[in-house]
Amino acid sequence: MALDQSFVGRTYPPTEPYEVGREKIREFAEAVGEANPVYTDPEAAKAFGHPDVIAPPTFVFAITYRAAGEVVQDPQLGLDFSRVVHGSQKFAYTRPVRVGDRLSVTSTIEGIKSLAGNDVLDIRGEVHDEAGEHVVTAWTKLVARAAEEA
Amino acid sequence: MTAKIAYDDVEVGTELPAQTFSVDRATLVRYAGASGDFNPIHWNEKFAKEVGLPDVIAHGMFTMAEAIRVVTDWTGDPGAVVEYGVRFTKPVVVPNDDKGAVIEVSGKVAAKLDDNTVRVDLTATSEGEKVLGMSRAVVRLA
Repeated sequence: MALDQSFVGRTYPPTEPYEVGREKIREFAEAVGEANPVYTDPEAAKAFGHPDVIAPPTFVFAITYRAAGEVVQDPQLGLDFSRVVHGSQKFAYTRPVRVGDRLSVTSTIEGIKSLAGNDVLDIRGEVHDEAGEHVVTAWTKLVARAAEEA
Repeated sequence: MTAKIAYDDVEVGTELPAQTFSVDRATLVRYAGASGDFNPIHWNEKFAKEVGLPDVIAHGMFTMAEAIRVVTDWTGDPGAVVEYGVRFTKPVVVPNDDKGAVIEVSGKVAAKLDDNTVRVDLTATSEGEKVLGMSRAVVRLA
């Protein structure tokens, strides 16, 4: 089913702030097998000029994807979420995410396409800190696979 | 934010140390909890097969997180990553045996850019198949 093209360019309100916790960063780093002390040891982070521990580069996806979920599950958009796969992902960083950040995401639908029966949705998430400064932008391409022929 | 690799010491074609990452079902369960992505295709074999997959598959974002380690272990400072993007071309299939799956990642400098940054192109394979496409990172060097 083709998606409603009028959603292209639509921007959703900023999310409530997500506070980046020290133990959440540690848990994520351990889950991906990271041993770099910059994620767990404040002194190691300071040696690279960071005020405190930072998060691995892809950590922020958990926050932006939650925000994108509000877009994807907008009933007016009509996306079949059960058939969605992750097509591509990109991040552009102004600075790394770090412990104590209170991050808010503003999601915009950048594109809606139909390719060979698949619905392709491009979402941009702008992540800002509590001071309103830009931290990272995340581009997420989601593909809802065409339903198989009965 | 200084990296341990100097811009002047690298050239186009410089290879980064390659790495191999193992992933089994326990890895995926741990990643699901840490990332909040509890999609059952990443831990429930019955569900995965019902939706047409050969078996449980790794989270694409897990593979993306592993691949960038080739860059961040090279530079030392993960905060030096300016841009990072991938396409998810093939799933990493993770069988329920005592071996799981292996992801092999290599990288090389593809371009020297302004402001002491370089573009690194990454190659990630599992079972001989490319699992990431257009996998590129821009990183600031010392």
